[in-house]
Amino acid sequence: MDHFPANWGRPRNDAIDLYATHLLHPRPNNRAKDAFADSVQRTQQPIVTGTSVLAIKFKDGIMMAADNLASYGSLARFKDVQRLQAFGDYTVIGASGDMSDFQFIQRLLDDIAVAEIAAQDGHDLGPVEIHEYMSQVMYGRRSKLDPLWNSLIIGGFKDGKRFLSYVDLLGTTYTASTIATGYGGYIAQPLLRKAVEGYEDVLTAEQARKILEDSMRVLFYRDARSLNKYQLATITAAGVQISDSLHLETSWDFAEGIRGYGAQTQ
Amino acid sequence: MTSIGTGYDLSASTYSPDGRIFQVEYANKAVENSGTAIGLRVKDGVVLAVEKFVHSKLLVPGANRRVQTVDRHIGMATAGLLADGRSVSNRARDECANIRNSFREQPTVKYISDRLALYAQMYTLYSSVRPFGISTILAGVDKTGPSLYVVEPSGVCLGYHGAAIGKGRQLAKTELEKLKLSELTTREAAMEAARIIYLVHDDNKEKEFELEMSWVCSETNGLHVPVPADLLAEAERKAKEALENFE
Repeated sequence: MDHFPANWGRPRNDAIDLYATHLLHPRPNNRAKDAFADSVQRTQQPIVTGTSVLAIKFKDGIMMAADNLASYGSLARFKDVQRLQAFGDYTVIGASGDMSDFQFIQRLLDDIAVAEIAAQDGHDLGPVEIHEYMSQVMYGRRSKLDPLWNSLIIGGFKDGKRFLSYVDLLGTTYTASTIATGYGGYIAQPLLRKAVEGYEDVLTAEQARKILEDSMRVLFYRDARSLNKYQLATITAAGVQISDSLHLETSWDFAEGIRGYGAQTQ
Repeated sequence: MTSIGTGYDLSASTYSPDGRIFQVEYANKAVENSGTAIGLRVKDGVVLAVEKFVHSKLLVPGANRRVQTVDRHIGMATAGLLADGRSVSNRARDECANIRNSFREQPTVKYISDRLALYAQMYTLYSSVRPFGISTILAGVDKTGPSLYVVEPSGVCLGYHGAAIGKGRQLAKTELEKLKLSELTTREAAMEAARIIYLVHDDNKEKEFELEMSWVCSETNGLHVPVPADLLAEAERKAKEALENFE
């Protein structure tokens, strides 16, 4: 017995009424078969991507940098994307990888932020908790073979302690005094380590800013998916501060001297 | 209680011959037994205040809150069965999450109140459930400005400038009517709210009570938060003063 009055007196399914002469509301027993019911495809690669995020410890807290580009393949598609996102009063999350997955992550975090406010228990989430949450989410998704295609850097400062950590699409996590995702892992990380390791408690905000700016410049020279427009996030005891977009000064004079490819013959 | 013994009060799905639903009226009785809760909608924000009875000295101060946060910018106060209030607030939070996930925007107080009213109304339809034993004041500041709504056990939802529910609602309503609510600032409203709660409190019946107060205004960046401790203390002090002068 069909218990839905809307179905009574109508064709049972679309195969009988090929040209849809009857208005058929989808009902449990007549809805179209899911074309993917037998084979489901999950994310196989990121689509719109952000490149490196850099982060270092310094005397007063954490400083992070990421450019404003979201690429569509090799096309520089969106040049005003913010990839450093403040979460609560203590934490910044920087994301490289798939930007839509990052937006989804921001939704997740917004939901737990509201739940946390509603609890009114006098506690709020710091960077450590957010790192733990994100690591569980990322590992959970990869275990479903449906990963969120991001490398995330979580930087924060709470209760007098600075915190800097990494989570990626496989659920891998670590903490370090310098972290770089994506191409920055190859190009910027050695520079950051050299400049920061051993000096975490000495570096001033100005020095930290200089280190990141220089690394971002090298990345812009070397990484074809990067942009000379970037933002800095500073997380200290005073809270989170994310800068407006900054412009990288670059000089391409040396290009004239390069030989071996391009238009010049000699 | 003419309804008792007639058989028409056994279920919310049965009308009495004169068209009433006694189970809903009993639910209103549960509301009337609880401490007063008031809400004020003023020029630049909203204030909620609750007279929370402390029935045991062994309770931790601040326990069993009756003012709850529903979303960043929406708060609610309940009068009636405390546990029903918790359940309804969870429902309200779900509704907010639903709106945020569907439309990426902050839900309006009106929408959430309407949804809660539909929810409450569903519990007046079936013999297998009992109506909620609470009235709810929802207050917040959204894109339409400050708003204040009351949802009753019957499923009625109405907007107000000033609302009062619970034991002392009659007196509280007359006091609210004396105020020019649309001209007050939220700070002034907080003072008035404390004064009204202290005024309607009946010392002879219930000795101990805690004043719970929260607000949403520009001072809180549009967030629903408890009124800061110093302001609360000042409001309580002035309320007690006003009470002495009154008597």
